[in-house]
Amino acid sequence: MLAQIHVTFKEGVLDPQGKTVHHALNDLGYEEVLDVNIGKYLEIKLDSASEEEAEIRVREMCEQLLANTVIESFRFTLVPTD
Amino acid sequence: MKCGIVVFPGSNCDHDCYHILKHVMDQETHWLWHKDEVNLESFDLVVLPGGFSYGDYLRAGAIARFSPIINSITRFAEEGGKVLGICNGFQVLLECGLLPGALIQNQSRKFICKNVFVCIDNPDTSFTQDCGENRVLEIPIAHHQGSYYIDPLSLSELEENGQVIFRYCDTSGNVSAESNPNGSVGSVAGVANKQKNVMGMMPHPERCADPLLSNTDGQIIFQSLISNS
Repeated sequence: MLAQIHVTFKEGVLDPQGKTVHHALNDLGYEEVLDVNIGKYLEIKLDSASEEEAEIRVREMCEQLLANTVIESFRFTLVPTD
Repeated sequence: MKCGIVVFPGSNCDHDCYHILKHVMDQETHWLWHKDEVNLESFDLVVLPGGFSYGDYLRAGAIARFSPIINSITRFAEEGGKVLGICNGFQVLLECGLLPGALIQNQSRKFICKNVFVCIDNPDTSFTQDCGENRVLEIPIAHHQGSYYIDPLSLSELEENGQVIFRYCDTSGNVSAESNPNGSVGSVAGVANKQKNVMGMMPHPERCADPLLSNTDGQIIFQSLISNS
């Protein structure tokens, strides 16, 4: 199983990188760009017995280490692999 | 005062802290290796120094907080022992949850290395008791992830509890957006826990505490701790 995890800043936390890219895109003529939020993408290969177990364990990993929940939120999807 | 300086892989201000406490302030000082769990009962102060612990991978301080020495420091802090985190050490204390809030990338997206001014928001702690009121300290900063963040409600709680210890200011002690080098909320440069025995700060007092370097403003923080021990 593969966990595809996205970690991004929470609403209200300053994201200077996102702001800079936002301005750069506007400058390039992409005026429809309203906001840019830059985060992290992680892929974790798992040897889990079931999807339920993977769901619980990946959530734990995110809360314990992968995201700092003071400033970041996370979401993930589990993809079956052979 | 018996002091311990924590050494993580990637710490690079550990020797500066050791030098100041042992040779300049003339205190008994020991190294604390990150892999060891140590009984810290006999210590008065533990310093988590600046640097790039574990390469700052994932987030600054995120890996270091799982080091065995952190278990010892958490116990030490719970029993009232004094813990000072400087720069990366501050980031580690936030990741541990020993201090509230988080540090994010500087607003300018640049690594900033320069002298700044800080005013003492709470002169009534063991870290600041010798500073006196209205004192402005000139202390260097050197960081990329030094912008302090906490939600507005929690910030006012910190202020009410006297947990904001230092704020960035100008030479006369005025706090404003212009004197805030990195975009920290409330210009916060240093915070303490509720009990005020754990304090973290982004500026480096150990880099301005040796008379050889002319500026000795940083000494007053170490001196306060010595007076208090």
